[in-house]
Amino acid sequence: MTVTAPLVRVEGLRKLFPLNQGLLRPATSFIHAVDGVSFAIAPGKSLALVGESGSGKTTTGKLLVRLLHPTDGQIVMRLNDADVAVTTLKGDRVRAFRRHVQMIFQDPYESLNPRRTIYDTVAEPLYVQGIGNVLDRQERVAELLTLVGLTPPSTFMFRFPHELSGGQRQRVAIARALVINPAFVVADEPTSMLDVSIRASVMQLMQRLAEHLHVTYLYITHDLAVARYMSDRLAVMYLGKIVEMGDTEEVLHHPQHPYTQALLSAVPVPDPGWKRTPIEIKGGVSKPVNPPPRCRFYDRCPLAAKICEDNDHPPLEDKSAGHYVACYRA
Amino acid sequence: MTTNKRQNAPAIIPSELTTLDPQERAQLRKQALWRVRLRLMGQSLHANWRLFTENPIGLIGLSIIVFYGCLALAHPLLMGRVWSPSIYHPVTGFNPLLAHPSPPSAQHWLGTDPFGRDILSQLMYSTSSEFILGMVAALLTVTIGTAIGAIAAYYGGWVDTLFMRLADLVITLPSLVLLIVLSGIFELNLPRLAIIIGILSGFGGTTIIIKSQALTIKVRTYVEAARVAGGSHAHIIMRHIIPNLLPLTFLYMMFTVTDAIFAEAVLSYFGLLNVRMSWGMMIYTTQSTGYLLNMETWWLIVPSGLSITLLCAAFYLVGRAMDEVINPRLRKR
Repeated sequence: MTVTAPLVRVEGLRKLFPLNQGLLRPATSFIHAVDGVSFAIAPGKSLALVGESGSGKTTTGKLLVRLLHPTDGQIVMRLNDADVAVTTLKGDRVRAFRRHVQMIFQDPYESLNPRRTIYDTVAEPLYVQGIGNVLDRQERVAELLTLVGLTPPSTFMFRFPHELSGGQRQRVAIARALVINPAFVVADEPTSMLDVSIRASVMQLMQRLAEHLHVTYLYITHDLAVARYMSDRLAVMYLGKIVEMGDTEEVLHHPQHPYTQALLSAVPVPDPGWKRTPIEIKGGVSKPVNPPPRCRFYDRCPLAAKICEDNDHPPLEDKSAGHYVACYRA
Repeated sequence: MTTNKRQNAPAIIPSELTTLDPQERAQLRKQALWRVRLRLMGQSLHANWRLFTENPIGLIGLSIIVFYGCLALAHPLLMGRVWSPSIYHPVTGFNPLLAHPSPPSAQHWLGTDPFGRDILSQLMYSTSSEFILGMVAALLTVTIGTAIGAIAAYYGGWVDTLFMRLADLVITLPSLVLLIVLSGIFELNLPRLAIIIGILSGFGGTTIIIKSQALTIKVRTYVEAARVAGGSHAHIIMRHIIPNLLPLTFLYMMFTVTDAIFAEAVLSYFGLLNVRMSWGMMIYTTQSTGYLLNMETWWLIVPSGLSITLLCAAFYLVGRAMDEVINPRLRKR
């Protein structure tokens, strides 16, 4: 992979959600939301996780910040020059871990408590971590608000979320995630709920902050253009599996997995004269409930063959210099 | 990786990025947070008060409550300065110059009861205990209901199952019948009645309603954000879930007051409550002396009956008006 030690290393991560669990009856079917995902993120090299709804992107993000506990697998983060096994942390160590890893949520209308002021929201990580006194926190919050472009901060600090616009709220959410100077931030589609007109400015802000505050993102999105803008590396997810991963430009220019090719052929091009060969895939995405032991993409794949049906889901193989593809036919 | 409680916020932001005006920084240093919070609280109270006053229902209810509040406050003053205790005392007073029960007159504005006691004095004397009864029961209800509702919703699992089945059980018990049975087991007085009603209502229906509201708050993203920030369970319950429940709990406080006053009246009427004087007791006296269905002695039962109806209705109306303040969807605009 990269020469430097990775900031985040994920190995064989799985998360199964039981479906028909009763009080005494154990579940027999599971949603395989994340099913054996492995990747590494080098410091400063943001990774974009792309996929359609239900592909397990958000679950992966929540597993990384310990909002969910994995069924199986390892997450190791390199924080303060020490390896931290995220999945086995307990008690106070969890809280200490949360100083380094934060999350930005999708919907800025849901992620801010309507009864708390902007100051309370942004200062919350400082408050629960016991950092600084009230004056320090006020100053720090004012600094962050300036940084995310809510100036002058004194006019925003003691307002309530309902007094702000969607873009302003998402800036507040970004300020909250960055206020304790995390090394790693999971950004779960932070621009998808925003108007197109303010989307670009929020993305620029996140890029600028990443450079200056040395933050590495895991950027979850369904929008390939956003992924291209925000990330150095790209991983494409399908039904809980990573099907293709590599440098963003490489994957987008030379997609090898039929699913990635189909995704790219579906991106609208602002040119009515543009002709391309559409890659047809059949049907729609299903829920990964007790998936049969074959390629997850088998039902929809234009290249499907006997080898895809008879064998398990193909492993992620290095096809060319860090470009990983999980396909028997590629 | 241990947490140092009083560690200063490190200077994390590179200076070329920070555009915080030095003047603003100095301003922040001077500004007291509690004063800002007080101002914000005042603003929100003011805004809510304006919404409340837009609704005549709420104002009617509130004026009835204020009226009875004045009656309650005026009674000790009148007893001390104007009324002679030997005549006007609500329990032991007797006017030897009249035949009882006597109709309303200049001396006894609401007449006297069959034992020669002044009815206005009885009415005013009882008001304060009705208020205290209602308030104690209501406070107890919402304290229990909010705590259990928030905890059951937040933790789920067996905690939730335990309290919800208990709530089902409490709801199934007919509370008036239960109170009558309890009055046979031990002596019921007003404080005990308040506690029993508070507990019954707190563990029963109120909990279920508050829990269902807490369930909708628990799944909000800001709760997840608080957890990612490192907030403990207690932090999330106290700072995120309960503040968002408060409007609803306040509403149910109003409804519990109504229930408590009503229950007191019924129990007193049956003579099951050990209380010297109350509105229910006044009706009980009328009934036990055989004047209950006598239209000619209307003043014996109209003041207390009307008061029970009015005060119960008043708290209910205030609750309804507050419901509109809390739920913007119920507003007409």
